[in-house]
Amino acid sequence: MPESNILPSGKPRIDSLELRGITKRFPGVLANDHVNFDVKAGEVHALLGENGAGKSTLMKTVYGLYHPDEGEILLNGKPVHISSPTDSINLGIGMIHQHFMLVPSLTVAENVALGLPSSRGPLTDLDAVSKRILELADIYGLRIDPSAYVWQLSVGQQQRIEIIKALYRGAALLILDEPTAVLTPQEVDELFVIMRQMTKDGHALIFISHKLHEVVEICQRVSVLRDGRMIGTRPTSETTKQDLANWMVGREVGFTPDRGNVQRGEVRLKLENVQCGSDRGTPGLRGVSLDIHSGEILGIAGVSGNGQRELADAVTGLRKITGGKVTLENADITNLPPAEITERMLSYIPEERMRDGMIKDFTVAENMILREHHKEPYSRYGFLNLKNISSNADMLIKKFHVKTPSQETLAKNLSGGNIQKIVLAREISRSPRVIIAAQPTRGLDIGATEYVREQLLEQRKQGTAIILISEDLDEILALSDRIAVIYEGSVMDIVPRSEATPQRLGLLMAGVHPE
Amino acid sequence: MISELFTMTVLIGILSSGVRLATPYLYASIGETFGQRSGVLNLGVEGQMLLGAFTAFYVAMNTGSLWLGVLAAMIVGAVMGLAMAFVTVNLHAQQGISGIGFYLFGLGMSDLLFQKMMGTVRTVQGFPKIGIPFLSDIPGIGDIFFNHNILVYGAYLLVLVAWFVLNKTNLGLKIRAVGENPDAADSLGVSVARVRYFTIILGGTLSGVAGASLSIALLNVFQQNMTSGLGFIAVALVYFGAWRPFGVLIGALLFSMVNSLQLWIQVLGVPIPSEIAVMMPYVLTILVLVATVSKVRAPSALTKPFEREE
Ligand SMILES: Nc1ncnc2c1ncn2[C@@H]1O[C@H](COP(=O)(O)OP(=O)(O)OP(=O)(O)O)[C@@H](O)[C@H]1O
Ligand SMILES: [Mg+2]
Repeated sequence: MPESNILPSGKPRIDSLELRGITKRFPGVLANDHVNFDVKAGEVHALLGENGAGKSTLMKTVYGLYHPDEGEILLNGKPVHISSPTDSINLGIGMIHQHFMLVPSLTVAENVALGLPSSRGPLTDLDAVSKRILELADIYGLRIDPSAYVWQLSVGQQQRIEIIKALYRGAALLILDEPTAVLTPQEVDELFVIMRQMTKDGHALIFISHKLHEVVEICQRVSVLRDGRMIGTRPTSETTKQDLANWMVGREVGFTPDRGNVQRGEVRLKLENVQCGSDRGTPGLRGVSLDIHSGEILGIAGVSGNGQRELADAVTGLRKITGGKVTLENADITNLPPAEITERMLSYIPEERMRDGMIKDFTVAENMILREHHKEPYSRYGFLNLKNISSNADMLIKKFHVKTPSQETLAKNLSGGNIQKIVLAREISRSPRVIIAAQPTRGLDIGATEYVREQLLEQRKQGTAIILISEDLDEILALSDRIAVIYEGSVMDIVPRSEATPQRLGLLMAGVHPE
Repeated sequence: MISELFTMTVLIGILSSGVRLATPYLYASIGETFGQRSGVLNLGVEGQMLLGAFTAFYVAMNTGSLWLGVLAAMIVGAVMGLAMAFVTVNLHAQQGISGIGFYLFGLGMSDLLFQKMMGTVRTVQGFPKIGIPFLSDIPGIGDIFFNHNILVYGAYLLVLVAWFVLNKTNLGLKIRAVGENPDAADSLGVSVARVRYFTIILGGTLSGVAGASLSIALLNVFQQNMTSGLGFIAVALVYFGAWRPFGVLIGALLFSMVNSLQLWIQVLGVPIPSEIAVMMPYVLTILVLVATVSKVRAPSALTKPFEREE
């Protein structure tokens, strides 16, 4: 640990933060139950737990967004009262939220300057702010353009803004709530470099993730929450990934799902030379041809922003196809309205589930019938059949282990991972002919990830044709029968499972044809 | 007869009164712009204007001071803004509905006060024209732009100030952030409630001035429902102007120019049915709104009450 009590940002260090007996209740939920937790300067302390275990709630309490019903927070051994983010910021606590807190229509510098006093009195001092951003970026190796608008930036870059925002405010303790869920592997590596630099300088970091290899790689200590209760804390050097998994779930968890032997059938979905435009200057599709057979999982591998989103949008009718043809079970569905494509039993698990997959202010039960609400058994002659809607919700909640106080709870009040499960449950359970699954396990805990993968394999067994778009190569390799690598809007190659190695895929993903 | 419309004098007349008639729209729309940029739709502008118009007129008539009239109108507008802020920020009311409520309140209240306190329509000597030295002597241009009363000049100055505040100050940054992503602003310690209180009260104050500009600077009378929809047009102009002060300025000018043309058509007795003439500005508004809509996105949090989820 460094000698100095002052961080490179010029702010004082936080030697320790301790939570004692924190209890937080929501209507119908005991989210945190007398939780003890602590973190010290110079370490990364991981907080693990299944979806809905209470991790975000505990951290929002530290940041002043929630007020605990019981318990106290000690900073450097002294009790502190944190009643709002202003308090926590003044104490040197920063937080990167599970769902980013940025204003897309403002520039990077404006997002950083927001809420801070300015050196020019009532006038903004964006030039000075930009200068300071670049200084901080330099210290921590964060590449960022202060004058760029946030909406133009990739998720990885947006996250860097969040880190800069915290550092700029002199955060000595930084909470990272699932920072890696939306990052590409390269971006994760970059984040870890920054995190190591920060701990070396004397920052204290709290790290939440569902990816155990990350926890083992970057953290010194790890604590596990289960159902709102703290199960324990251990040094990471004394644990393995498998230990952590079992400890967290409370039972043995397997990492490699059983694929079984499935005979693939006829072509269900066919793309012929499909072309389309894109948002934000990333490539759209430049003539993509793919066949997806019944009983097959076709993995789409690639660095994000190479046309994956456009591919999903084009097939589901959400984006205008400018050339080529899409055929679903011998029917031309090119540029049909999304509703008609849905009618042909094509299911879609969108990447941005919070935005494209659900309605936050609807109940869990309502969200679970969004796609089928106009059909029997959920409605008849234009009237909803509430009984069937409710029993459907009960069934899915049980089957997919959705953690919710009731089916009447508004979707937005569920934990991040449980929100994902609503969409997955709805899309998979309607016995689709084709599934487009974009990052289906993002943000899910290991138990849920395992379950979703099993479900996809089960669908495959029943003859569904599945496109699996994922940035997680392990996931692609574990599930796919064939793997198409997409690069700058074109398919580089389609590799059968038996020939796919991470090295080969990696080269293709970088746009290199290994001859 | 038609050719009379195109004499130089008439043209200057049309343009000059167009510049003048934009005044109430500018005050009200700029106030509304602040509110909407912070995420609050105030449909009560018309009501605030009516009460402002009555108050300004009544105070000016009884004290003989036009400035006291303006001040009183500002206070009345601010108080209505305060009430509106309480209802929308603290009580999380539906903004569209509560706005209409405030409109109806202003309409009824100004009518009632008028009947109880004045009874008949009277006139006051409104703000006098002030020619800007030298500039007002320029032929044509001088009459169009530089020979108006003080509230007219103030309205145009306000556009500039509003642009500056929104884009160059900390306060403006907070307003824009709160209207786009209040959760983000909140997580940085910006008080969403404070910002919205400020913009709604400011909007009310400016609506009050808009009313005063009608009753003691442009028309110099007070009549029941004298705004006749002007406050609603002001709200539409904010959309037209894409939530930017200069956009609002263009919209207000376009609208008031057509209005002015329409008035002159009637004055000159051009053989167009007056109903059609009167319709012109409104038809234009609808057409322009249809043509410009969806080019610029509204502030994301517009009309959404903010509450920390707990
Ligand atoms: N604002 C809220 N209102 C009501 N209940 C809530 C609210 N926020 C969280 N909860 C509930 O508290 C519990 C813990 O949620 P929390 O978000 O802390 O979980 P988490 O551990 O972060 O899970 P994930 O890994 O899915 O993000 C959940 O059961 C959730 O439904
Ligand atoms: Mg969470």
